[in-house]
Amino acid sequence: MADIVREDGRVIFTEAMRDEYTILVPHMAPYHFDLVVAAARSEGYKAELLTTTDYDVIHEGMKYAHNDICVPAMLVIGQFIDAIKKRSIDASKTALVLVQTGGACRASNYISLLRKALKKAGYPDVPVISLNAGGLEKNPGFKVTPRLLHKFHDAILFGDLLMQLVNQTRPYEVNEGDTDRLHKAIVQELKAYFDHRTLFTWRRHKHKTKSIIERFKKLPVDRTQKKPKVGIVGEIYVKYSPLGNNYLERTLEQEGCESVTPPLYDFFLYSFDSRAYDIKTYGGPWKEKFALKAFVWYVEIRRNKIRKMMRKAGYEPGIPYKAIKRLVNGFIDVGTHTGEGWLLTAEMIDLIHHGAPNIVCTQPFGCLPNHIVGKGMIKKLKKHYPESNIVAIDYDTSASKINQINRITLMVSNAKRNLERKIG
Amino acid sequence: MSETLRAGIDIGSTTIKMVAIDCDNRIVYKAYERHMSSVSRALKALLDDADAALSAQAMRFNFTGSAGLRLAKYAGAQFTQEVIAASSALRMHAPDTDVCIELGGEDAKIMFFEGDNIEMRMNGTCAGGTGAFIDQMATLLDTDASGLNKLAKSYEKLYDIASRCGVFAKTDIQPLLNQGAAKSDIAASIFQAIVNQTVGGLSQGKKIRGRVAFLGGPLTFSSELRKRFTEFLHLENPYLPDHGEVFVAYGAALEADREPKHINELMADVERYRLRHNDTVRKTMEPLFASKADYEAFRTRHAQADVPRLEPSAYEGDAFLGIDAGSTTTKLVLLTANGEVLFDFYRHNRGKPIEAVKDALHEMHAMLHPGIVIRRAMSTGYGEALIKHAFSLDDGEVETICHYEAAKYFDPEVSFVVDIGGQDMKCFKIDDGVISSIVLNEACSSGCGSFVETFAESLGHSVEAFAGMAVDAEHPVDLGSRCTVFMNSSVKQAQSEAATNKDISAGLAVSVVKNALYKVIRAHDVRAEYGEHILVQGGTFQNDAVLRSFERETGVEVVRPRIAHLMGAFGAALIARKRHRGDSRSTMLDEARLKAFSYGRKRATCHRCHNLCALTINIFNDGEKYISGNRCEKGAGINVSYDDIPNLYLYKYDKIMAYEKKQNLINPQAKVGLPMIMNMYENAPFWQPFFEALNVEVTYSDRSTKALYERGQDSIPSDTICYPAKLAHGHIESLYEKAVDFIFYPNMPFNFDESGHAHNHYNCPVVAHYPEVINANLDHLDMEKFLQPYVTLNDKTAFVNAMAKALKPFVRATKKELKQAYDTGIKAYKAFRQSVQKQGDVALEYARKNDLNVIVLAGRPYHIDPEVNHGIPKLIRSLNVVVISEDALNHRACRDRVDVLNQWTYHTRLYDVAEYVATLDNRVNLVQLVSFGCGIDAITTDEVKTILERNHKLYTQIKIDEISNLGAVNIRLRSLLSTMEGAKNHG
Repeated sequence: MADIVREDGRVIFTEAMRDEYTILVPHMAPYHFDLVVAAARSEGYKAELLTTTDYDVIHEGMKYAHNDICVPAMLVIGQFIDAIKKRSIDASKTALVLVQTGGACRASNYISLLRKALKKAGYPDVPVISLNAGGLEKNPGFKVTPRLLHKFHDAILFGDLLMQLVNQTRPYEVNEGDTDRLHKAIVQELKAYFDHRTLFTWRRHKHKTKSIIERFKKLPVDRTQKKPKVGIVGEIYVKYSPLGNNYLERTLEQEGCESVTPPLYDFFLYSFDSRAYDIKTYGGPWKEKFALKAFVWYVEIRRNKIRKMMRKAGYEPGIPYKAIKRLVNGFIDVGTHTGEGWLLTAEMIDLIHHGAPNIVCTQPFGCLPNHIVGKGMIKKLKKHYPESNIVAIDYDTSASKINQINRITLMVSNAKRNLERKIG
Repeated sequence: MSETLRAGIDIGSTTIKMVAIDCDNRIVYKAYERHMSSVSRALKALLDDADAALSAQAMRFNFTGSAGLRLAKYAGAQFTQEVIAASSALRMHAPDTDVCIELGGEDAKIMFFEGDNIEMRMNGTCAGGTGAFIDQMATLLDTDASGLNKLAKSYEKLYDIASRCGVFAKTDIQPLLNQGAAKSDIAASIFQAIVNQTVGGLSQGKKIRGRVAFLGGPLTFSSELRKRFTEFLHLENPYLPDHGEVFVAYGAALEADREPKHINELMADVERYRLRHNDTVRKTMEPLFASKADYEAFRTRHAQADVPRLEPSAYEGDAFLGIDAGSTTTKLVLLTANGEVLFDFYRHNRGKPIEAVKDALHEMHAMLHPGIVIRRAMSTGYGEALIKHAFSLDDGEVETICHYEAAKYFDPEVSFVVDIGGQDMKCFKIDDGVISSIVLNEACSSGCGSFVETFAESLGHSVEAFAGMAVDAEHPVDLGSRCTVFMNSSVKQAQSEAATNKDISAGLAVSVVKNALYKVIRAHDVRAEYGEHILVQGGTFQNDAVLRSFERETGVEVVRPRIAHLMGAFGAALIARKRHRGDSRSTMLDEARLKAFSYGRKRATCHRCHNLCALTINIFNDGEKYISGNRCEKGAGINVSYDDIPNLYLYKYDKIMAYEKKQNLINPQAKVGLPMIMNMYENAPFWQPFFEALNVEVTYSDRSTKALYERGQDSIPSDTICYPAKLAHGHIESLYEKAVDFIFYPNMPFNFDESGHAHNHYNCPVVAHYPEVINANLDHLDMEKFLQPYVTLNDKTAFVNAMAKALKPFVRATKKELKQAYDTGIKAYKAFRQSVQKQGDVALEYARKNDLNVIVLAGRPYHIDPEVNHGIPKLIRSLNVVVISEDALNHRACRDRVDVLNQWTYHTRLYDVAEYVATLDNRVNLVQLVSFGCGIDAITTDEVKTILERNHKLYTQIKIDEISNLGAVNIRLRSLLSTMEGAKNHG
């Protein structure tokens, strides 16, 4: 039994815990987190993804998180507490992991809120691991080794790839369920992909990517029926998590649209790049800045290759990070780094440029950064791009779904009309 | 085929509408019904009727409306979104429409028509339920929607009513009612609030002008609401369609193009939907009671908590009276010397608190034995002062004290009292016989009780009957707990999912309890934190379903006295009995004087300072005056000067504003406009000297007022942002009217790094980047003049580089000059901070010397703006209390770790000052000011509370927004002060 070690009041995830403890991971992005967990498991962590979505998650969240806190925090905390309470395994052999972004948004406080909630719920000894790029907290039992980092990197790349392929295929599939079946099969196979010990996996990764694209390409599709493309942007959790956004992607597809969700990797690159920007503008260690810049550069080389392969096969892969960054010129300064910052605005412009002027801008109810970079920019976008058709939807556990659906339906009706007008 | 009729069926949140049109688009049939929450039943009745009227023709059907969405989907029918339907109908009937405003039961929409392009907007989640809001307000004023309209016709004056949402508006209206404001004025003000909400929330930078069309139930039926819109927007001849109430259904009919169907075929589809639908209600919970026996046992247990009674006609001797003039109800209890209840009274005051008490007293006198002598009479509650004045009572007492007195009667060991009234929730904890902490709800969670009530009434049930239904609900629906606006919209959803009224009633009971437990009390384990001796009271607990869910949620068997609804009055009577000495008689008006009693009312505005309080002057027939609505004693016509009592908020505000006057430049090279918003209230002492050193003259924007806010209102893109940010729009507009060369409003992601122990020194996202919002949304102004560089004051080099670039077009300055100016600015800023800190010490010393209470009003720098704090600092001063701001004492804190990520400078000050206050004696307490919509304060409030409570200090929070009515704030402060006094006397 591993000893509980505290530092600065928080429970440390020690090396002894590494083999003994199960690490619970909240389901934050459906396409990516399966793979992230697989990557962690391949490195010897007993990681487990939480997939619960029932009502108890909301109930526990409400009970243990402040009611005014935004919905991502409430759901993530609720999911954890619900899992610990219900699981047959020993709470004393459980650890939690949370992705922490840092920055002036209150989201960087999730981890401390989670610890408070655990204390209140009677689990003060459960260690919480913060997974972050900025090195906010250290845990000896959980080290982001170069190999693990690389595996995470691959996981995100595959996640983005699968998300884009599924989004661009499913609305047009001839046999219902084809796409989901293929997606599931590939995820299953990819779990084995991470069982390698080498650091450099370029070739393997390239082959795998290629084969995935080819298998999607083989699915029978009917693209004669034109469907409006609807982009999904917003706060990172409600943008990707179906639990947070009431299965928005599905809803849009059922309404006869093709949903376009920008890649998750752009958000990570934005986070690293922002840190580099802050060092440059407000002072800080140049070495860190250099490392961050180098990382962005490296990732983009890898992504460019994937983009090329996708484009060749007739899929829309999205544009390079640098190009996205240029888009906001004249709209908002790239110094805006709270929450999703300028990236959110940039993604909206990118979507408009790429045939998806219909956009759902998702945010938790009362989200501060979104007042600026989301809702705050819609008017200006509308002025420059009169064809833009953006609806801002607030997500909250207490908000009624019908309200959200009604607004989405309005946006979709407009999208369809605009599309007809364009074709006809 | 061309003969086939087309039918549009519009199912909204409260009503169902149907229109059938012929090939010439003429209406051949129309119907409009309230569906009373049973959508499928109402639809069936409507279709039956239509079938008969149209002799069973086949028609093309098209559904629309929020509740029609699901139905159409499951019945496999056509559906057109309501805004699209409305725009089709408008194009047919009024193609020259520029803007269309449509208000419905649940949603508000605005459409802008520009040629082929239609821009459509719907309200945000927060501002939902316009129609439902009108119904609720009407109930509050004891009338219905049409009565409200009639009332509004004869208004004389408009009150400021918060327009953020129905809950906030109600918080403003309730005290107006209690103060006896005229119903006609309130009715008109309610309509004005709807106008402000619609314009503020939906126009988002687009001007509403040209030909405007009004659609939807409320606008069709209420001429006064239309009038308010017309006047406010300066509209000429707005368009109101002939069949406005069914206009959207008409639009849907126009769009109908599916295969014709017979009505009975459609009904079969709907029936299939209904059957299949019963099990699709999501988010259901356990039933409240497992069995009938379970319920009976529960009832028997609670029937035990009761008080003895005596026939009033049979008792002679001393009696003691307690009057609780609550927010919506008036309660009276008359006790004998032995504590038996002789007479009790509980009734809605229907907006007339004085009349209600008068009636009650008449009723009481009629029943009493002539040998009864009332020795002492005391009032409490919202209307305490008013009633005490009106009827010459002996005393008034804060309601918490009365409630505790009453609670002790039932359980001497009582450790926690939870009171859920119609409007407010009050909970207090008792340690060693002293009230040790009080929790009151914020505006957001208010009105739960009366919401259930008005909702029950809207379904045609009494509250009792409605509550009774919950008892055997099998699948209570989860309706969320954020606030009643959200609950309302969840109820609508549940209804459209065909949930039964039983399940909704039970669901509402659970929601009310969850709101109290998790939002107001913020307890996850009540038993552990507040003990086992819990007493619940207040009108809302009369509802067995609420009581049951409270017990279930907490796991504690609580006491609910039979007289749960009378506890305030009962406690007041008990205290009156306790305080009675000798054989003095009550000064209360006797029967004869009561008969002659009458009063008049006048309204006025106090002009003694720029808070401009709206006063209500009640004049009684003996010439006595009672003034309400005032923030300070000046408004009450009393010329007492409190100017000696230190008040850091006023000190800081005056000092900051004075920087503008101080400058003395000859031939300035440019003139800069500084908007006095957000962090400018902290950084002006830097910017003014900085610009002065560069020979640039500084001009401030106008002082904040409600009018200034309204000027910028229509360019605010996000309706849930905090009020200080919303004010920015008006400030910038005002600067454009001044002769300035440029306007300077920098983005400042980072603040000063002023404490060594914090993790970081950010500004909150809104403070940091609001200039970007201004830049993107005030594009009707010349944005070339608007400078919004990204700067930090922490790093001289970075600052100078950024400023050199930014100022270049307007100011000639070398880098060296900029450096010097920076130094001058920093020096001045430091001097300012030191003077504030010194003033903090002076204030503490003054309090010590004069034996005064101190409230550390902990907020943000911009809370010193009187339009943001609504005169709360003045109100506190009028209670003889020294007010100190958070930034005057935070530097004294012993540096310590906090349990949250401590990364915002202003918020670090809050934690620090809380640590410091915790070390001071009981005369010093902290009150935290929180702006509505401040996401970060969800974190800070919890942490500050923890710090204080760890050190056995009281924690009080005041949430502020546009709301300017201080009724609730007043109660909160008085409760805090009386608790402080109690603790002092005890210890």
